[in-house]
Amino acid sequence: MPDPSPEPAFIPYVALTRGQKARRFIRRNPTMIAGALLLALMALVAIGAPWLHTVNPVDMNPIDRLKSPGAGHWFGTDMYGRDSYSRVIYGSRISLFVGLVVAALTSVIGLAVGLVSGFVRRLDNVIMRAMDGIMALPDLLLAISFVALTEASVRNVIIALVIPQTPRMVRLVRSIVLVLREQPFVESALAMGARLPRLMVRHLLPNTLAPLIVQGTYVMASAVLIEAGLSFLGAGTPPEIPSWGNIMAEARSYVRVAFWLLLFPGLFLALTVLSINLLGDGLRDLLDPRIARRMR
Amino acid sequence: MSRRNRIAATGCLLAGLLLAWSGQAPAETTIRAVMTAEVKYLDPHWTTADITQQHGYMVFDTLFALDEKGQPQPQMVDTYRLSADKLTYTFTLRDGLKWHDGKPVRAVDCVASIKRWAVKDAAGQKVMARAASLEAANDKTFVLKLKEPYGLTIRALAKEYSYVPFMLPERLAVQDPSKPFEGDVIGSGPFMFAAKEWVPGAKTVYLKFKDYVPRKEPASYYAGGKVVNVDRVEFVVIPDQSTAVAALEKGEVDYLQRPQVDQWPLLRKDPNVGMYRGDIYQMQIHPNHLAPPFDNVKARQALMVMANQEEYLRAIAGDPQNWRTCYSYLGCGGWLETDAGAELLKKPDLERAKQLFAEAGYKGEKIVVMAPSDFATINAASLTTAALLRKIGVNVDLQTMDWGTLVSRRPIKDPPSKNPAGWHIFHTTSGYAALKDPWGHANISTACDKAWFGWACSPRATKDLEELGNLTPGTDAFKKGLAEYHTALMEDVPYVPLGEFFAYAAYRKDRLSNIIEAPYTLFWGMVKK
Amino acid sequence: MLVYVLRRILATLPVMGIVVVFVFLLVRIAPGDPAAIIAGDYATPENIQKIRVGLGLDKPIYEQFWIYLTSLARGDLGRSLHSRLPVSQLILQRVEPTAALALSTLSFAILMAIPLGILAAWKAGSLIDRAVMVFAVGGFSIPIFWLGFLLIYAFSIRLDLLPVQGYVSFREGLLPFIRHLILPTIALGLVYMALLARITRASVLEVLQSDYIRTAYAKGVRPPGVLFAHALKNAAVPVVTTIGVGFALLIGGVVITESVFALPGLGRLTVDAILQRDYSIIQGVTLIFALVYALVNLVVDLSYTLFDPRIRY
Repeated sequence: MPDPSPEPAFIPYVALTRGQKARRFIRRNPTMIAGALLLALMALVAIGAPWLHTVNPVDMNPIDRLKSPGAGHWFGTDMYGRDSYSRVIYGSRISLFVGLVVAALTSVIGLAVGLVSGFVRRLDNVIMRAMDGIMALPDLLLAISFVALTEASVRNVIIALVIPQTPRMVRLVRSIVLVLREQPFVESALAMGARLPRLMVRHLLPNTLAPLIVQGTYVMASAVLIEAGLSFLGAGTPPEIPSWGNIMAEARSYVRVAFWLLLFPGLFLALTVLSINLLGDGLRDLLDPRIARRMR
Repeated sequence: MSRRNRIAATGCLLAGLLLAWSGQAPAETTIRAVMTAEVKYLDPHWTTADITQQHGYMVFDTLFALDEKGQPQPQMVDTYRLSADKLTYTFTLRDGLKWHDGKPVRAVDCVASIKRWAVKDAAGQKVMARAASLEAANDKTFVLKLKEPYGLTIRALAKEYSYVPFMLPERLAVQDPSKPFEGDVIGSGPFMFAAKEWVPGAKTVYLKFKDYVPRKEPASYYAGGKVVNVDRVEFVVIPDQSTAVAALEKGEVDYLQRPQVDQWPLLRKDPNVGMYRGDIYQMQIHPNHLAPPFDNVKARQALMVMANQEEYLRAIAGDPQNWRTCYSYLGCGGWLETDAGAELLKKPDLERAKQLFAEAGYKGEKIVVMAPSDFATINAASLTTAALLRKIGVNVDLQTMDWGTLVSRRPIKDPPSKNPAGWHIFHTTSGYAALKDPWGHANISTACDKAWFGWACSPRATKDLEELGNLTPGTDAFKKGLAEYHTALMEDVPYVPLGEFFAYAAYRKDRLSNIIEAPYTLFWGMVKK
Repeated sequence: MLVYVLRRILATLPVMGIVVVFVFLLVRIAPGDPAAIIAGDYATPENIQKIRVGLGLDKPIYEQFWIYLTSLARGDLGRSLHSRLPVSQLILQRVEPTAALALSTLSFAILMAIPLGILAAWKAGSLIDRAVMVFAVGGFSIPIFWLGFLLIYAFSIRLDLLPVQGYVSFREGLLPFIRHLILPTIALGLVYMALLARITRASVLEVLQSDYIRTAYAKGVRPPGVLFAHALKNAAVPVVTTIGVGFALLIGGVVITESVFALPGLGRLTVDAILQRDYSIIQGVTLIFALVYALVNLVVDLSYTLFDPRIRY
């Protein structure tokens, strides 16, 4: 296979400085670095929203409705005269927050349930049936039903996104545990009298972390996208909280008269999801021993 | 044949097949219209949904109808007589009226239909409350005997908005109106409902009823001869405004019943598109009279004095040519226009509003404002109210939901302090027809417990309205009574009127002509090239 | 094999049971009152209560559930609360656009993505590989509705090449059928294509690393032979799995696509039903989707036998 890294075949281990190691790392993982940088930028925007915005995002100013981008309103104004730039900036907070929390929650729940399911055979069957039941329903429909049938709030959207994504995490962790369970070190630990919880935390957990993190990034990307889709269909975060999906939902009728209202939030959303995906891909390439071996 | 020729021949064959598969242009004329909503419910006596009344105008007919001067004219009725003591109405039906299944329309059908309609309709209830008997005399004549004279009887039978007194065949009309009628949709109107082609949520199809006998007079608003000049009308559902407008511009549809305000400039620019004013809506703030502080009239007056109509209307409808301020509960430009007692409404004053709110006993508790995210105009008004309330220091809990949820929460009487699903304020609109008919207009009812959502309570206004109904329009007594009624409304504030904004319909003027301009779209008379 | 199929079908029954109960409860516990929605704007509270009784919604929950179960056993999915039409009829009416869209998207995605993924894996590390990967990640990140609007704006409105909205059945003409489906297919297919391309590339890449491929090279088999005769079949299993798993993604995307392009399909039917609290439709459609998904997974599992002779049921 062609080797992508154009460097001499033999480098003495001692000779590499930290800087050279860093540069080699960057050269070898351009996508991951790009993704990480972009994501960091988005995070900065989200955190810095209170300082970066120009106008209060909820201020209505009907006199100035539907102005095209220009001085004072860099992304124009929407149908209520609200500043689109400020709304998009603030929108990053909701989208990133939802994405992060959903990824974290699914990881924690998936880890806990997956560990138990992989190890405790009696519960395994029941748990997997339940997971199958949840997986039998399409993600978006389940999420829409949950949010539409309770009340629109950020908390409910998060719950609605966690439910369909958790089974995949559970299956992932479980599959790893099933393999690890057979390993000699587990047997010997048990023989030495290690108790189950301690075994799970000290020995199994570290091995599940890498794939978990990678999957977690995909869950985050997925959550951000589905949240936007939910808001677009009218079953997402409450409309007075600016999230990218909400902003685009309101903008959909104005595609012909004010397409910038749809353009900017969509751009931000795509870039954010892209960055998360790139990061995930890079992490996976880095952490998966087989691929890492090949790329070296 | 050489190889090249063979390829060419095959190509031609394929092209020909493709063209043949492309489908033939239909030989019959079809109008494709995008209406305000999808036709879901088919029984206009069962639901007030406007689209169902619209559906009703296609397949059903009425005994009387309003003409362009707003006067009731006979439609299915041929002649009618009122006895000298004003207690007995005798109605005789026209000749040749048929149901869509071919059977003739009989008086018993009309009697049963009136009874069914009057169970739920406010105007109908008023008539039947005074009725001693309503019977068919023979196949073409029926008689209504009242216990006391009621001048609005004919007007009630000509009611043009929810619930419209449509005539149903007896077997449907004897069914309980608290359930939709079971059975095929058979009416006596100028169109037939194509049940087999109905795809709820996507398409509703109406076919010309060939045996319909229109009146001889020319069509005039809802009255006159209903002559159908097309073969089919399809109500197409396009949920997205931009897509609907684009579809009209490209000719994929012929008519848009209610394009959204911001699309109008686009439509006006298109040389193929014509527009007419379909309706005039009044936006209203409805407080919950059972939820403090709005049980105190001062809090409601605060809402009134806080409301700057121009600010609201601009948020709702944008450009000033799309709206007008109006300080009358009963519509501007109509026969009941008056601004008696409207001083508070005319002079918005935020300081005064704050003061009135305090005087009403407001202590900083959360005020729940319900806003529908999927209803652009009402949402705009709700957001404006929330912003204004916050400006005068009110602690606003703006709850956004879809219209369906709002409608489900509206009936809850308890204040939010007792029931988390309770509410303080919601907004809605009324069309022009309703504004001009306070006797039949549910929103303006001040009957306390029996009033509409909000439970406005003003025995004074109720009495004034009742008395007004017995006076003859145009007389001095009428003008005085109207001013009294309106002042009572202004002082007791059942809801806050926020002015009027216009609704336009758009159509392809290179294809459609002869359109009757009315709030409901009347497809008879329309010609399609 | 037949025994396996039967066993699989039996295994889906408890899952279906969970789905039925879950959806029934979820939908009933919700706030939101279909009677109030049906009654309309000008209705009074008494009218709403009358409608509620008329629809049987005032009965206690367990009674409603029993009625539902018994009719389900008879194959009766109930009637829509709003239009009073049988749910099965509504589903049949709307199935065609959704099926057409799903099938065309699947075909489009598979026909485009798999060759691309194979190419990228074959030329791993080259510019083509990077280009495919960028496209794949990018395509996976773009929100479908955004892409849909852009496509409509570009191709329907500006260039006037394709219709803006709607669905035309192939029975009414093959050309209009295709024209109306092109933009929705691209909008929906891009995401699916991106996913498939990635998985295909990863899977083929992994297979190309394995020992037996190196053996084939060592034995002197030429590259095309290695690829087609040896590598692809072994790489197929994860790809086919993804097609099955991605089906759920497809359904979610179908919902949004139908909304943007005004296609009268099952996706929009479900969303409308959810927003209007039409319990019967929600229950019926969810059941159908779950069944179809289970069927797709069964077909995917059965197809493994074609690719991997070691797998036998």
